Amino acid sequence: MNKNKKIYPVKSSAKGRGAARPLFNRVKIVLDNKKVLAKEGQTILEVAKKKGIEIPSLCFHPDLEIKENCRLCLVEIKGEKELKTACSTIAQEGMEIITHSPKIYKARKFNLELIFSQHTEECDDCVFKFNCQLLNLAKKYNVKITRFKDRKTKRPIFQFGPIVFDQTKCMDCRNCEEVCPVDFLEIKDQGAEIKIEPSKEKDKDCVACGQCLVHCPVGAVESTGEFESIEKPLKQKDKIVVAQFAPALRSSLGEEFGLAFGSIITGQLVAGLKKIGFNKVFDTSVGADFTTVEEAQELKERLRNKKNLPMFTSCCPAWVKFIEFYYPEFIKNLTTVRSPHIILGGLIKTFWPEKEKINPKKIVVVSIMPCTAKKYEIERKELKINGLKPVDYVLTTREIARLFKIHKIDLEKLKPEKTDHPLGLPSGAGVIYGSSGGVMESVLRTVYEKLTGKKLLRLNFKQVRGEEGIKEAEISNHHLVKVAVVNGLGNAKIVLEKLKKNPKAYDYIEVMACEDGCVGGGGQPMPVDKIIRKKRALGLYQIDQKKEIRLAHQNPIVKNVYQNFPPDQIKKVSSTYYLKKSKGQIYQLKNSLRPKKFYA
Amino acid sequence: MNIIEKLKKSGLKGRSGSGFPTDLKWEKVKKTKAPKKYVICNASESEPKITKDSFILKNYGAEVIEGIKIALKTLKAEKAFIYLRQDFYQKFKKKLQKIIGQSPIELFRKTGGYLCGEETTLIESMEGKRAEPRKKPPYLAEKGLWGFPTLINNVETFYYVAKIAKNEYQNTRFYSLSGAIKNPGVFELPENWSIAKILKETNNLPRSRFFVMAGGSKTGEILIRRELNQPVKGAGAIIVYYLKKTNPLSLMRDWADFFYQENCGKCVPCREGVYRLREILKKKKPDWLLLKAILLVLSETSFCPFGKMVAAPFKSLINKIWINQKHE
Repeated sequence: MNKNKKIYPVKSSAKGRGAARPLFNRVKIVLDNKKVLAKEGQTILEVAKKKGIEIPSLCFHPDLEIKENCRLCLVEIKGEKELKTACSTIAQEGMEIITHSPKIYKARKFNLELIFSQHTEECDDCVFKFNCQLLNLAKKYNVKITRFKDRKTKRPIFQFGPIVFDQTKCMDCRNCEEVCPVDFLEIKDQGAEIKIEPSKEKDKDCVACGQCLVHCPVGAVESTGEFESIEKPLKQKDKIVVAQFAPALRSSLGEEFGLAFGSIITGQLVAGLKKIGFNKVFDTSVGADFTTVEEAQELKERLRNKKNLPMFTSCCPAWVKFIEFYYPEFIKNLTTVRSPHIILGGLIKTFWPEKEKINPKKIVVVSIMPCTAKKYEIERKELKINGLKPVDYVLTTREIARLFKIHKIDLEKLKPEKTDHPLGLPSGAGVIYGSSGGVMESVLRTVYEKLTGKKLLRLNFKQVRGEEGIKEAEISNHHLVKVAVVNGLGNAKIVLEKLKKNPKAYDYIEVMACEDGCVGGGGQPMPVDKIIRKKRALGLYQIDQKKEIRLAHQNPIVKNVYQNFPPDQIKKVSSTYYLKKSKGQIYQLKNSLRPKKFYA
Repeated sequence: MNIIEKLKKSGLKGRSGSGFPTDLKWEKVKKTKAPKKYVICNASESEPKITKDSFILKNYGAEVIEGIKIALKTLKAEKAFIYLRQDFYQKFKKKLQKIIGQSPIELFRKTGGYLCGEETTLIESMEGKRAEPRKKPPYLAEKGLWGFPTLINNVETFYYVAKIAKNEYQNTRFYSLSGAIKNPGVFELPENWSIAKILKETNNLPRSRFFVMAGGSKTGEILIRRELNQPVKGAGAIIVYYLKKTNPLSLMRDWADFFYQENCGKCVPCREGVYRLREILKKKKPDWLLLKAILLVLSETSFCPFGKMVAAPFKSLINKIWINQKHE
């Protein structure tokens, strides 16, 4: 979610004749007494990582600018008096680099001790309980964690929406400040008094995307309830507790259990959920199929009436809040269709109990989401159906993983199980919702025929896939339909400003607040970077590729509901409205005195 | 002979403290191709007790402006700025503007504290960002103010550029003398004079036992009597302390307070190190081993020159004064 998207120049093909030159020039360096070839422009840290040499680096994150402020990635370079930081030093021809020496060890160890002195340890409910970089380094460098007294224990803990920012743990690396797409987190003061704070300005508010959380190296940011109240939903014995899980979950949860990035574990996830006590397990991707069908219908109507174009997707609650708070003039452009888990939650509390003859009040719906903003979304009052919230709880990917671990469940070893009838089997289109461009592709698959009158032969819309910030495509018809997929809120600003100047630039726009879509969401396992997100997305596209039914409107469940459920009921479950938002409350909490609830 | 060759021949070095050869700086900016270039005169004089820049601005404003104009012409720079400390801005604004006349030289009022004397921090603060040092490379001669090649020189350097252009340079520099002396002030004297000679010639040699801090007033090095046969480095400050009347611990506390106040908070060793340094020194019996460990990471691993300089005064004071006093 870089505010300034980096643009890498593509090397033009080699001039003149002869064999094509390699894409990169190589430089010879000596790394820990071994001769090594590095790409020109690579940093020492990058080269070392490639060669399997570990250099500690806390403030470095591949998504972000190099800040070199943690001073841990120190290395010795022959001919240089001072230690240099590997994250920022470019490998140059002939450079002789030592990555481990007594001098380096000593400096790293002491800087680690200084970092520990500002990080108040509260390991038990930390997001890094099982893979804490700090503690691993402490062991490796024989760090005396208590060398200095923690100096930040009396600092405040802030809560805004579903995000909790704990200054007592912050090591001032500034990753959160940089990654925040709305500049809500600000650096205040200087020297030892320096601090990151939520903005007090009236025209700035958090959109709950949670990117600060997944980019924090020391667990100073978490979402509400993480992990104090994860067992609450399951403790309601007299209720029917229903789980639904988001598209992105199936290709990312495995990481928490040591599986390779992008491993698909849908079946095990279902089995695990059943095992820890969920009565029924449905698939949010089925909800996504409903979203697709409804949204395609709305798009068709808007195109016909030429009204409120371009239409924006609304699956991403951080994006919706962004519009409601920062760009309310575009509220009318948002599709009125609800997000997949809200639609499915609605069906679970209307369609399903009617069929099964259950009292809807007895149903508790728990959504398992890769997202922190979904925690905020379920509190929106306008979503209630017959006085009931469509979804009662949201657990993040991290939270469900922790829950499995508490119950001593090793997901990998479980025998895969199938999701429950009747809301368990999605089309391929519903699965790719978890990746940037997925919603767009699903809707295009459904709406293509109706727009062009031609039969859709190739189902893959490759133009809207991938990691670019703004992806554009056109569908030719007797008039042209121009679509855009926006990857990250930073890019959304660019597109919205463009629309202010040229309202007809596009007809339909998908926006996901997090980079690369939900696979890179704020509720996802850590660490995360571009390569990991790519692998998670790839997992989803693989599922789609193998599915027999890959169009949302061909899903038998969708057909069934449209045939057997009255249209006005469907409308109630699937449509909503939006309102201009004013700034939310920022709570300042003393340790462990957190308000349990927050309001959308 | 063009001015850069003249600078090279004169051997003029930057007078802000780091002592980088002036001709190389100019050469690099000149060589870099860019649609725009800037010249900045650094008049932020942020270390307490150093007063030579204000002295020069007061007495030789015309020469300084002349030096800046030479830079503008030589480098084909679009515009120059004089980065003035708040009180300098008030004091010298009218006078300087009169000398500047129609030249493309703008006065800029300093926004931050001590660190803004450091060139990359100065530029960050001019761009309206947090007053923090910038990563190098790219060097300012390649990418400076708003991304354009920029020459930054100290007030004194520009003064001597004007002198060199007129062939009037006689290898002198300005010294700020202060502390326990009879005759404090700013003196223009040969740059190869030793500290002892400077003190003697200015009638400032104390009668009782003393030590000096030379270079900067907070970031300099402590020198004892027998080490005074060397010229002053850094920004040309000499502060004299009586040995008997000075409590090294309270002197160090004073420094620690200064560094605590002025550090930007960007990197771990400086932000946390200085915090702990101050904490340790507050105690009646400081933990010297721990203190030394902090000084080590400060000088070895800090992000910017400021952090690296913090260690020098402490190390030299501890090694030369404090240890001896303890055994007396």
